Amino acid sequence: MSNFMKVEFAAKSENESFARTTVAAFIAQLDPTVEELTEIKTVVSEAVTNAIIHGYEENEEGTVLIECELKDQDISLTIRDFGNGIEDVDEAIQPMYTSKPELERSGMGFTIMENFMDHFEIESIPNHGTTVTLRKKFLNNQSAYN
Amino acid sequence: MALSLTYDFEQKQDVLLVRLTGELDHHEAEQLKNDWQSYLQNGMTKHVVVNLENLHFMDSSGLGVFLGRYKEVKEIGGEMVICSINYDVQRLFELSGLFKIIDAADNEAAALARLGVTL
Ligand SMILES: Nc1ncnc2c1ncn2[C@@H]1O[C@H](COP(=O)(O)OP(=O)(O)OP(=O)(O)O)[C@@H](O)[C@H]1O
Ligand SMILES: [Mg+2]
Repeated sequence: MSNFMKVEFAAKSENESFARTTVAAFIAQLDPTVEELTEIKTVVSEAVTNAIIHGYEENEEGTVLIECELKDQDISLTIRDFGNGIEDVDEAIQPMYTSKPELERSGMGFTIMENFMDHFEIESIPNHGTTVTLRKKFLNNQSAYN
Repeated sequence: MALSLTYDFEQKQDVLLVRLTGELDHHEAEQLKNDWQSYLQNGMTKHVVVNLENLHFMDSSGLGVFLGRYKEVKEIGGEMVICSINYDVQRLFELSGLFKIIDAADNEAAALARLGVTL
């Protein structure tokens, strides 16, 4: 089984729930457990929120692109923005590191992504944007059909 | 557009009880923060109980809101207790170390009792 989807939307905070619900609906075909579904919704929410807050600093003219690929029980997700980028990725992924404490951010987004997924990668170019790639193998929940 | 988060505030003696329903993300966090802050400044509040029984989704934005209000409650010399935390939210609390500083209770009655509210 293989499948693919791609969605692009305005960097508006209203679209955070749209983004996570859309990805959740797409991966439903893998029969995820409730826990797997929550993990995927959470990491999508984290990455999209980062694009909006940090990538575009809430300038709603930006766009966010999500691609999701399914191959058997493997899911691969990329969340991309074309905004500010990250100067120092090693620093950014430290638990509790945030560049925006005044916005009540706690610096946990990347830590959550790393924890909830099997594989996590950031590609970022200052002033060009950031791409976060996340991968996970779902447990084989479909054994009843095999 | 349908509201994905709703909440209500109830005053129980010097405890502000906050009940959250739905999904708490960055989009919802700002309004919640503003409303919550105005209740904290009503002159009657010393402590806070947050009931998360009906909070079905939360991301790091929620951690930020809770941590922010926790600091404000501490500033007025009070305590904050969070109760009825479901499994998903609990995982985020554990990851972030929030349990190390914020007190948790099994249910609303236990949380209120801990803060001296007699029902
Ligand atoms: N898409 C992005 N574009 C530019 N900078 C980013 C992006 N994503 C993350 N960052 C940078 O990496 C830091 C860490 O991100 P992370 O999501 O871990 O924490 P946060 O967003 O600051 O806080 P939280 O996620 O807990 O609300 C951010 O503070 C920001 O400086
Ligand atoms: Mg973040």
